[in-house]
Amino acid sequence: MISRLFKFNGGVHPPQHKLESANTPIVTVPMPRRLVLPLRQHVGNISKLQVAVGDKILKGQLLAIADGMISAAVHAPTSGTIAAIEAQLIPHASGLPDLCITLEADGEDRWIERQPLDFRALPKSEVIARLRDAGVVGLGGATFPSHVKLREDARHPVATLILNGAECEPYITCDDRLMRERAEEVVRGIEIMQYLLGAPRCMVGIEDNKPEAAAAMRAACAKSATAIEVVEVPTLYPGGGAKQLIKVLTGREVPSGKLPTEIGVQCFNVATAYTVHRFVNFGEPVISRIVTVTGNVAHPGNFEVPLGLAIDELVTAAGGAGSETNGYIMGGPMMGFNLPSIHVPVVKATNCIIASAPRMFPTQPPALPCIRCTRCADACPVNLQPQELYWFAKSQNLEKARDYNVFDCIECGCCNYVCPSHIPLVQYYRFAKSEIIAQDKAKQAANLARERNEFRLARIEREKQERAAKHAQRAAGAKTESSEADEAKKAAIAAAMERAKAQKAEVSPKNTEDLPAAAQAEVAAIDARRAETTSEQPEAGNPVQEKQEN
Amino acid sequence: MSAPPYITGNTSVSMIMLKVLLALVPGIIAYVWLFGSGILITLALASVTALASEALMLKLRRRPIWPFLSDNSALVTAWLLALALPPLAPWWLVVVGTLFAIVVAKQLYGGLGYNPFNPAMIGYAVLLISFPVIMTQWPAPLELAQAKLSFSDQLAYIFGRVLPVGVQLDAISTATPLDYLKTQLKLEHAMADIRHAPVFGVLGAKGGEIVAGAYLLGGLYLVQQRIITWHIPAAFLGGLAAISGIFFVIDPQHYVSPAFHLFGGAAMLCAFFIATDPVSGPTTPRGKLIFAASIGVLTWVIRAYGGYPDGVAFAVLLMNLCVPLIDAYTQPRVFGHEKS
Repeated sequence: MISRLFKFNGGVHPPQHKLESANTPIVTVPMPRRLVLPLRQHVGNISKLQVAVGDKILKGQLLAIADGMISAAVHAPTSGTIAAIEAQLIPHASGLPDLCITLEADGEDRWIERQPLDFRALPKSEVIARLRDAGVVGLGGATFPSHVKLREDARHPVATLILNGAECEPYITCDDRLMRERAEEVVRGIEIMQYLLGAPRCMVGIEDNKPEAAAAMRAACAKSATAIEVVEVPTLYPGGGAKQLIKVLTGREVPSGKLPTEIGVQCFNVATAYTVHRFVNFGEPVISRIVTVTGNVAHPGNFEVPLGLAIDELVTAAGGAGSETNGYIMGGPMMGFNLPSIHVPVVKATNCIIASAPRMFPTQPPALPCIRCTRCADACPVNLQPQELYWFAKSQNLEKARDYNVFDCIECGCCNYVCPSHIPLVQYYRFAKSEIIAQDKAKQAANLARERNEFRLARIEREKQERAAKHAQRAAGAKTESSEADEAKKAAIAAAMERAKAQKAEVSPKNTEDLPAAAQAEVAAIDARRAETTSEQPEAGNPVQEKQEN
Repeated sequence: MSAPPYITGNTSVSMIMLKVLLALVPGIIAYVWLFGSGILITLALASVTALASEALMLKLRRRPIWPFLSDNSALVTAWLLALALPPLAPWWLVVVGTLFAIVVAKQLYGGLGYNPFNPAMIGYAVLLISFPVIMTQWPAPLELAQAKLSFSDQLAYIFGRVLPVGVQLDAISTATPLDYLKTQLKLEHAMADIRHAPVFGVLGAKGGEIVAGAYLLGGLYLVQQRIITWHIPAAFLGGLAAISGIFFVIDPQHYVSPAFHLFGGAAMLCAFFIATDPVSGPTTPRGKLIFAASIGVLTWVIRAYGGYPDGVAFAVLLMNLCVPLIDAYTQPRVFGHEKS
C-alpha cells in the first residue's frame, strides 16, 4: 500500500556525511572498569536513589526508580560495586554537574534474574508500569519517558502509531544500522506498542537515503501478524522532527502547544521500540544503546555501548580522534551541542558523537546585519518569520516575539543554515524564550507576593477593627474605671505617638539626599514651611485662606 | 564551535549581491550596443563614488570597513542608479545622486540592512526633483541619432559638456518615448500617429525594449538562482499589465498598450532589480504580492496622470513607506495554528 505523502514548509539539504559510519556493522564495546550513571537521563523528575555506596549490584539491577509520572528508572549496565554517589559533569549543554552513581565493574557481568512479560495476559496498566520501571525513554534524543505516551487515553484514542526512523540529521546512522541489523526485533517492539495503544494503523517513516534500512524493515513487517506500513519519506532536514514526520505521513498538523494525541497520532523512535522488545521479551531494562561515533576519528561506525561509559573511552573504541580535533559534538551538527568535556558518560540521549575538526565545521565569518532576504522564512519548517523574530529578540521586544510565535520554534537551525549574513539566529530565539519564561516566572512571583501583602494588610485592618470593637464594648461595660488611670494611659499613648513620629521622620526615605547643599537647604526650608502650615492648619481653621496660599 | 548549528550553507551577502551585478550584465551589454559606451563611464563613476563614500561613512561611523565594503551592496546601488540615469548625464549629476543614495539614504539610516527606502531610488528621485531638465535629456538610440559620438567624445561630454564641433545637442538626444507619449497625448494627437514616431519600437521604446528584454533575461537568472522569488516580478508586471490593459481596452486612443508599459521605461529593471530590494521591501509572500502589484499600479498612475514621464521611482518609494503595515497584516499561518 502506497501512502500519499505531504509536505511541510521549507527544510534544508545539508551534506549528509552518513556513509562514513553507515556501512560497517554495529560493534559491541567491551565492558569498562567504571561506569558513571547520571540520575537524570530523561525529561522529568530526577530518579529516586535505591542504592548506597558500597552496595553489591547485579547487571540490570534497579539503581533508581521513577519519581512521579514523568520520570524514568536507572539500571546497572553490569555487575559490581557502587563506588560513589556524587555530583559529576554530565553531557549537557549547560556544562553543569548533576547527581551520578559511579559503578565499579567486577568483570563478571552477572545478570539479575530476567523474566519475559506475557504482555497480552497482563493488564495494560501493569505492562506500562513495568516499562516505567525498565527505564524506557525516547531514544531519538528527547528522552521523554515512553510509558507516559503508551497509556490509552479515552479522550484521545490513538488511530495511527508512527515509528520514527527518519534520522534526518547529518552524520547520525545509529537508527539506520539498528533497522538494517535488528529489523525483526524492532518490529516485535512496534507490535507491543501498537497493542498497548490499541492503534489500528501503524506506519514506519524512513528517509529515502536509507534504502537498506527500509528494505530490512519492510521484510520484517511482512512477517508480522499486524499490518505495519513502511513508508519512505523524502530526505529533507528536519523531516525527522516528530511534528514534521507526522505532517509528511498523515497530512495533519499537531496543533501548537498540543500533543500529537490531539489528532490521534503517537510517535516513537525505532530504537525505543527495540528497547521495549528487549524488556518485554527478554526482561532486559535499558542499560545500553547504539551510538554513532564519527567525524574526525580513525574508524567511524556504530557501537553498542553500556550507558555510563566515558565518551573518551568510546572515542578510543572508534580508533581515537585525529590530531586536529577541536571538540566533540553530541547529537548532530544541526541540533547537537558541544560537549563540555570528553570525560562525561554516554547517557540515554547520546545518539551520536562527532569528533569535530576545523575543516569540518569552519568558524563562521562575523555576522552582518539582516538584509531581510527571507531565506530563513523560506526554510522554516514551522512557517515562522525568523527575520522578524530576530529583530524582536535583538531589541528585547519580548512581547512581540511571543506574538510572532517564538515558542513554536523547534530550534532546528534551518534559518541559521541558510542565512547569508551568518547570524546565529537560533541563539537569539533561545535567548528570547528563556527571557520570556524568566519574566513570566518573576511576574508570577510578584503577583503572589502582592496578593500575600494585600491579604496581610486586610488581616491587620480586620484585627484592628476587631480590637477597637472589643475596646468599645469593654469601655461601655466599665464606665466606673477611674479617670486617673485613663489620663495616664492617654499621656503614654501621646508620648508613644510622638516617638513614632520622630522615628518616622528619621527613617522615611528621602530622594533628596543626593542633591547639592544649596538645594538641600531649599528643601529643608520648604519642609519647615510645610510643617508650620500643617501644624497651624487645625488651629487656624481657615481652609479658604489655605487654598489661596497654595 | 559554541552553538548549533555547526554547519551552514555557503551563501553570503557578497555572493548574493555579486549575482545581482552579474544579472545586470546582459542589460549593460545591450545598453552599450544600442546607446553607445557612455553608460560604462557613468557606471564606473557611480561605482567609485559609492565605494569611496561607503568607506568614508563606515569610518566616520566607526564600523569595520572591509566586511561591509566587500558585501557588494554599494555597487548594486551604484549600478542601479547609473542604469536609471540618462547615459550621457554630466559627471556631477552621477556623483551627487550616488552620494545621496549611499550617504543619506543608506549610511545615515544605519547602513546595510537598515535603510527603509531603496537607496538607488532615493538618489534618482532627488536628482529628478532637483535637475528635471538634465534628467529627461536622453541620448537617442544610435540607430536614430544623427551624429555618433566616439568614446572620447562621450567622455568629453560627460566631464566637460563639450560636444564635437558641428554637432548640436538635438542631433544626439531625444525625448524618451514615455515623455513623447505624454506631451503628444496632451496635444490631443491620435495614439496611432504617436506610435508611428521613430522613437517607438515594436513593444516599447526603440532600443530600450531590447535592453528591457536583457533585464528580463538577467532577472530570470536571479529567479533561477533563488536570489529572488517569483512573487515581486510577477506581481509588479501583473499589476502594471492589468491596469494598463483595462484602460487600453476601454480607450485605446488615449491609453497605450500594456506591452509598451512592460517594455518601456524602467519597468523591467524595477520588476527584477529595484522592487526586489529585500531590505526596503516586505518579507511575507502575500506581502510581496501586495507590495509589487501596488508598485505596478502606481507606476501606471504616475505614467498616465502624473507630472513625470516614468513613475517607477516614486511608486517604489511610496510603497516602501507601506512595508511595515503590509508585513504586519500578511503574517502567514504558523505550523499547527488555526488560520488567522
